[in-house]
Amino acid sequence: MRINCPLCGERASDEFSYLGDATPGRPPSGASLKEWHDYVYLRDNPRGPHHEYWHHVGGCRAWLVIHRDTFTHEIFDVGLACDIEESVG
Amino acid sequence: MKYSLFNLIRNTFSGHSRWTPAWRDATPKTHYDVIIIGGGGHGLATAYYLAREHGIHNIAVLEKGYIGGGNAGRNTTIVRANYLLEGNQPFYEWSLKLWESLEQELNYNVMMSQRGVINLYHSDAQRDAYVRRGNAMLMHGSDAVLMKRDELRDMLPYLDYDNARFPILGGLMQPRGGTARHDAVVWGYARGADMRDVDIIQNCEVTGIRMENGAITGVDTTRGAIGANKIGLAVAGNSSRLAAMAGMRLPIESHVLQAFVTEGLKPLIDHVVTFGAGHFYISQSDKGGLVFGGDLDGYNSYAQRGNLPMVEHVLESGMAMMPSLGRLRVLRHWGGIMDMSMDGSPIIDKTPIDGLYLNTGWCYGGFKATPASGWCFAHTIARDHAHRYNAPYRLDRFMTGNLIDERGGGPRPNVH
Repeated sequence: MRINCPLCGERASDEFSYLGDATPGRPPSGASLKEWHDYVYLRDNPRGPHHEYWHHVGGCRAWLVIHRDTFTHEIFDVGLACDIEESVG
Repeated sequence: MKYSLFNLIRNTFSGHSRWTPAWRDATPKTHYDVIIIGGGGHGLATAYYLAREHGIHNIAVLEKGYIGGGNAGRNTTIVRANYLLEGNQPFYEWSLKLWESLEQELNYNVMMSQRGVINLYHSDAQRDAYVRRGNAMLMHGSDAVLMKRDELRDMLPYLDYDNARFPILGGLMQPRGGTARHDAVVWGYARGADMRDVDIIQNCEVTGIRMENGAITGVDTTRGAIGANKIGLAVAGNSSRLAAMAGMRLPIESHVLQAFVTEGLKPLIDHVVTFGAGHFYISQSDKGGLVFGGDLDGYNSYAQRGNLPMVEHVLESGMAMMPSLGRLRVLRHWGGIMDMSMDGSPIIDKTPIDGLYLNTGWCYGGFKATPASGWCFAHTIARDHAHRYNAPYRLDRFMTGNLIDERGGGPRPNVH
């Protein structure tokens, strides 16, 4: 698996570390215990396309959001997490 | 047919042409009292103990592939009960006790070999942690022996004791731990369940779960709809997909774990040895190959294969512990999909849906748990409440804060 970092170009996957699913949204302050539980612990865990956070820890140290297939390991798209967070608002 | 010396001799006279299949290849009926989804070790053991302990015989085990083709055939066959926490050790000790009598129980040779499991330590702090764990094991009625460096050197002369970075100072040994033949375990449970009228249905993938008024009524499969009063999920890495069919989200991520086997050798490693400075564990199969594995690749995956960086990492760990490994050729390596829970411990529980029961979250450790997992899951399904051995393995423990974080890693699957 090779990852095309937007800043560094295509690099080996062992330069990156993995955080996890990028889709759960952090609950607002004052959210209920159940909302926090769902955010921290529950996952869709799909077999197929998956948005996920990776950190280019052995390179530019940027946080990335990668759109990747969990069944084939094919990578569709790599973006900087800061850009994606801004577009989501 | 009962396997015995008498039957072996009798079949010798007919040139071994009259042995019957160990279990029937059943076709689905229209309705069952209990359907177990997943024909792996845990699913088959559950069906076996439902029939054996609870007198329920109208049971089907649905397997999307063939028996022994999933994680039951992909693990590193290690059996042990060397846990620290109150929630874990009684369960795994019960599992080890079931392992010790499994061959007599099933009338099947599962090649259980109590050759001893040794965890190496490399620092004073790690020694202290192992002393604590060993004491916890002894207090739960298990066995544990702290081995000093010199004792260990006599037993395991092939290790690199003077490694500059990770010198081996000693180890914590569980003499009753060891290995078992993984395929034989599923075959033995399948045969035992079949003898008690359980239908084992292969090549039957579940495509939907039927419910009415919040209660289970059956499943849709690639071989038609089948009705059921109760359904137990024991599908390891596919737990989230099956739970989604019932509208549930689980505290589970699916990750790939790789394992390896070398070319066959004369006897070299008499025990199961684990490296304390990295995640590496090795034993020798009865065929002679060295069987070993390491960490997860670390990212969500449903592919039953991993990537090369983890191959390199595992082999580096092996070389640091046992340099003579470098002279061997790796024959095969493969991947299995682990149902990684958020605290690293399993779930055996009822779900909020009436008639739906869940067995998942085995992380790295599903194989050794096979007998107790089936035994406890059968109890939970038949009696509608947990046995005290699986009472801590609740689905709602993430909500109530009663996590069982054996490693102290935190709420993310790839740290366990």
